[in-house]
Amino acid sequence: MSGLTRTEVAHVAKLARLRLSDEELDLFTVQLARILDHAADMQSLDLADVIATAHPYDLINVVREDVVRPSLARDAVLAAAPDAEDGCFAVPRIMGEAP
Amino acid sequence: MNAITMAEGVRAGELSATTLAQESLEAIRARNDELNVFLHIDEDGAMAAAARVDDAVARGADPGRLAGVPIALKDNLCQVGVPTTCSSRILEGWRPPYSATVVDRLLGAGAVPMGKTNLDEFAMGSSTETSAFGPTRNPLDPTRVPGGSSGGSAAAVAAAMTPLALGSDTGGSIRQPAALCGIVGVKPTYGLVSRYGLIAFASSLDQIGPFAANVADAALLLEVIAGHDPMDSTSLPEPSPNLVSHLDDGVAGQRIGLVRELIDGADAEIVDAVERAAAVLAAAGATIVELSIPELRLGLSAYYLIAPAEASSNLARYDGVRYGLRVDADDVAAMNEATRTAGFGAEVKRRIMLGTYALSAGYYDAYYGQALKVRTQMRDAFRRAYEDVDLLLGATTPSVAFTFGSKTNDPMAMYLSDVFTIPTNLAGEAALSVPFGRGEADLPIGVQLLGPGRSEARLFAAATVLEDAERGS
Repeated sequence: MSGLTRTEVAHVAKLARLRLSDEELDLFTVQLARILDHAADMQSLDLADVIATAHPYDLINVVREDVVRPSLARDAVLAAAPDAEDGCFAVPRIMGEAP
Repeated sequence: MNAITMAEGVRAGELSATTLAQESLEAIRARNDELNVFLHIDEDGAMAAAARVDDAVARGADPGRLAGVPIALKDNLCQVGVPTTCSSRILEGWRPPYSATVVDRLLGAGAVPMGKTNLDEFAMGSSTETSAFGPTRNPLDPTRVPGGSSGGSAAAVAAAMTPLALGSDTGGSIRQPAALCGIVGVKPTYGLVSRYGLIAFASSLDQIGPFAANVADAALLLEVIAGHDPMDSTSLPEPSPNLVSHLDDGVAGQRIGLVRELIDGADAEIVDAVERAAAVLAAAGATIVELSIPELRLGLSAYYLIAPAEASSNLARYDGVRYGLRVDADDVAAMNEATRTAGFGAEVKRRIMLGTYALSAGYYDAYYGQALKVRTQMRDAFRRAYEDVDLLLGATTPSVAFTFGSKTNDPMAMYLSDVFTIPTNLAGEAALSVPFGRGEADLPIGVQLLGPGRSEARLFAAATVLEDAERGS
């Protein structure tokens, strides 16, 4: 058993920037534990000498010619944003008022 | 009418692209309220694209290989100015400022995009039941799911709304709905089709591929969208393969492995269909080899750690700053949290949580790290198998289309419907599902053909043999 606790699930939600209700915390604790338990078949294997595969092909250092090309128009990109100001994305304050 | 016949007729000036687009719109409108296939019907864009094709024909210009053929796009593919939601509230109302490479290639070939089709939210699901905009119904039996995540695209073809559609396949999201809707669906080799403009779910697994009512149409569509694209750094640096010219190559002299792990646990009627498919391939000159690849049993566990881990990273971009939903709050962190909490549905949250956990300090090695090593074992096991055989054969799904709600309360039960399709994605290889036989309630069964990377021509040739046998029966 994974032994996943409700406290851990709450912590993970915080890391993932999600707010879960009490009911969701209860449900996710049970459901995530079941999924992790299914992975137990994998955890019991001795794979110490196996190299990890993060990607199916070994394409490395994909580069293009260093030439200027057109990119998306700033106005078109900002038009899709929830809020924009002076050619920039606008967000709520990130710090308190200056003293 | 199939896509190849349509394109030939339009190119010869015998059919009007405008008329074909109008007929497609009528077919969509006739059943879309009932089936919920299209989230957005792009009538203006379709009629304009069709008019451009007709104009090219009138001028004597080459209108392209898919001239005038209506096509449906899964709503995780960007088309400039056309609403793109990923079936999520968090992207509702967003209009992309650019088009996916596959969309540009379709338009360049004269195809006519009719609109955007429903999917499981962010392609996370196997039934379209996690869509924020309601599920799609299976056109063959509206009490059942069409499969997923590309359920809308599969249903569009099955309901003859469009002869072609595009989907994306991360763990089976093209092949599984193709099987459940009785059509052809292809998961191409990783890197064969550019993902530029495909909204990312799990980037080491995602691949765009075709849906069609027959094998030849699917091959033509894949030829049009495949080939190197500098805008996708994972795109294979080679041109689109020749597929259509190899459709009639047959399977004589080929060795095809019937894989125990790709039928174990399937319903008896599914196993029976796969065994009958093996007999058809043998009668056409292939040698059938029964074999076992035990590593495939670990695919589901590895996938449900790797895909959520990548998703938790890819979906971090939905923070209420650059696009989509924003729920206001006093500071940025609270705004991020309020936006994501309101914008994501339960399955997306579940996978973000699972992925965040698998990547978090203290658990990384035990879960994500171990899954990556299993992935190596699976890739090596496939490679060993392909030293002895040319292709593999198995089931696409454990059962025919299931009813709504039958798996929604148990995530593991839903995940198990992808057990036969997931290994191909983990290995980065190619596979397709082709309709073969009927099961319970006369619902279609899909048989899966799998091959190593770049084996699409062989896969299509073998699928043609099965399709011909079905038509003759």
